[in-house]
Amino acid sequence: MTFFMQILISGLVVGAVYALVAFGFVLIYKSSDVINFAQGEFLLVGAYIALSLVVFYQVPFPAAVALTLSMCVILGVVVERLVLRPFIGERVISVIMATIGLSLLMRGIIQMVWGTETRTFPGIFPDMPVRLGDVVVSQIYLWSLAVAVVLLVVFTVFFKYSSTGIVMRAAADDQVAALSMGISVKRIIAITWAIAAVVAAIGGILLGNINGVNPSLAYIGLMVLPVVILGGLDSVPGAVVGGFIIGILESLAGGYLDPLIGGGVKEVAPFAVLLLVLMVRPYGLFGKEIIERV
Amino acid sequence: MRSRNPFVMDCGVFTTNYREDMAILHHPAAKLKVLTIAAVFLFLPFFVSPYYVSVANLIGIAIIGAIGLNILVGFTGQISIGHGAFMGVGAYTAGILTATLGWSFWIALPAGGLMAAVIGGLFGIPSLRLKGLYLAIATLAAQVIIEFGIVHWPALTRGPAGMVLPAPTIGGLVLNTDTSFYYLILTMTVAAIVFALNIFRTRAGRAFMAVRDRDLAASVMGINIFKYKVTAFALSAFYAGLAGALWGHNLGMISPEHFTIKVSILYLAMIIIGGLGSVMGAIYGACFMTLLPIVLRELADFFGGGFAGLTHAMLAMQEAVFGLLIILFLVFEPEGLAKMWRNIKDYFKLWPFSY
Repeated sequence: MTFFMQILISGLVVGAVYALVAFGFVLIYKSSDVINFAQGEFLLVGAYIALSLVVFYQVPFPAAVALTLSMCVILGVVVERLVLRPFIGERVISVIMATIGLSLLMRGIIQMVWGTETRTFPGIFPDMPVRLGDVVVSQIYLWSLAVAVVLLVVFTVFFKYSSTGIVMRAAADDQVAALSMGISVKRIIAITWAIAAVVAAIGGILLGNINGVNPSLAYIGLMVLPVVILGGLDSVPGAVVGGFIIGILESLAGGYLDPLIGGGVKEVAPFAVLLLVLMVRPYGLFGKEIIERV
Repeated sequence: MRSRNPFVMDCGVFTTNYREDMAILHHPAAKLKVLTIAAVFLFLPFFVSPYYVSVANLIGIAIIGAIGLNILVGFTGQISIGHGAFMGVGAYTAGILTATLGWSFWIALPAGGLMAAVIGGLFGIPSLRLKGLYLAIATLAAQVIIEFGIVHWPALTRGPAGMVLPAPTIGGLVLNTDTSFYYLILTMTVAAIVFALNIFRTRAGRAFMAVRDRDLAASVMGINIFKYKVTAFALSAFYAGLAGALWGHNLGMISPEHFTIKVSILYLAMIIIGGLGSVMGAIYGACFMTLLPIVLRELADFFGGGFAGLTHAMLAMQEAVFGLLIILFLVFEPEGLAKMWRNIKDYFKLWPFSY
């Protein structure tokens, strides 16, 4: 039972990070129909920038996080302007390949700047594990979970009540209608990319504190695909629910099936689910069903 | 039908029947050009050093794989991010047949292609319901699952360690040098090109293009979309399987890391840079993307003087250059090198009256 709880909690934490990254992913898809294969690289950039600030420039952690996030805002806007803007209304394959190209470009630059060895954050969160009943949890896990949950709540409120949030929902719902109401869709898409880059960076900082930072973190960018397909590509609540489900599933598969087969199930299980979902219910749990009319 | 200037070959060509109209090579000059190119490649190993022959081998294999992917993506409009895995299926099937079971390479090669075709067709089935993005993601799942299968079925594939493959033999001749392998690859590449060029003159090829342009309209016109989508997946995977099997036997060994998602992306990059929906485009793209890392490495050696740390930065820079090229081509010349080459020819053809 303790083992199960341990697995469940690590699944929740991973799921929270997935939910964050998937959230950015879904935002971009909703507002501009772009599948961003470079989401994992945004996460990596955020983690590395924060790490450099803390380690090399000795910036205090909260200030470093704030600086990182503002840099990520700029990065998101610049990437949207330079790379994605020319692809508005282009074929799906062009858009997919553009973001794949973007991910290669970013990964290449990241590796040129920071190399490939794993770097760790200096102990920012206390090492003392916390006991919850029988289960021992390290503090960083709880922090990550808390940060992710708070962020998700903040963004939910932002979309429901702030005027920018409402405008963004309008643009995502129907670009033409939004344009005719005097909304600048270009500005909205830029904001979307900024937000996506910021949430990815937060995910990166959290994961970097758990496992250290190395280029393989970008693999998360692929792992969020099962999450968003399960939840529904155009559904923000779906991204959150899907994130937790896939995180827990991955943990369970890793805990119970990996010892039987000899590793690797953890990585492949979400994709098996993904294929299953695509076969049965391609629009996911909460997504809108697309009906094609001639 | 006389040709005066090499750039104005298709001037004054008037076809008077369908047979002539359907011809791939419209006039004697084009035939002469193709024969010259063929002769150059036939005698290539006599002029250049073995190193360049080995590069030519890699290019030939890449051409086969890229044409296969272009049949699926460029001509049928179905996106696949699983091409690398299909190559792996072909390579491992052929490898298991030759290395473990001791079969002849000449049976193992088509068997590798067929096995890849079966698996490819299987993963093509979701294309009945899925399009665009969703299909891309489904093929990505295929890539991950096949890779997992290769790594975690050590009884068959020897797992992450990979397997050593014997050199193919023909008669008493062992094809264990780059030059001897070159002729095998040359034959296969030419066959692959000719087959691909011809398929688009048949009902199946035209059906592929109809499905790409508008699948609903194609279905209204009596094309069985499902059949042709799965056929395209199988055919594309067959090419991939052949390329994989050749690649494995050319190198002499295979391991799972040779068939990762990076390979799938590399092949997608080839057809994007070369030109979607064009057999020649696939060829240009395959040449370009195979030569690019080699040229980059030469440049780095030239400027860096062989620093140890540089090789690592090289790999990273290579990735960045790949990414940048993909984006630049998509933005500035979405139809790729094939279109660029056509533009250059058109310029000279129309010169000095470019309008």
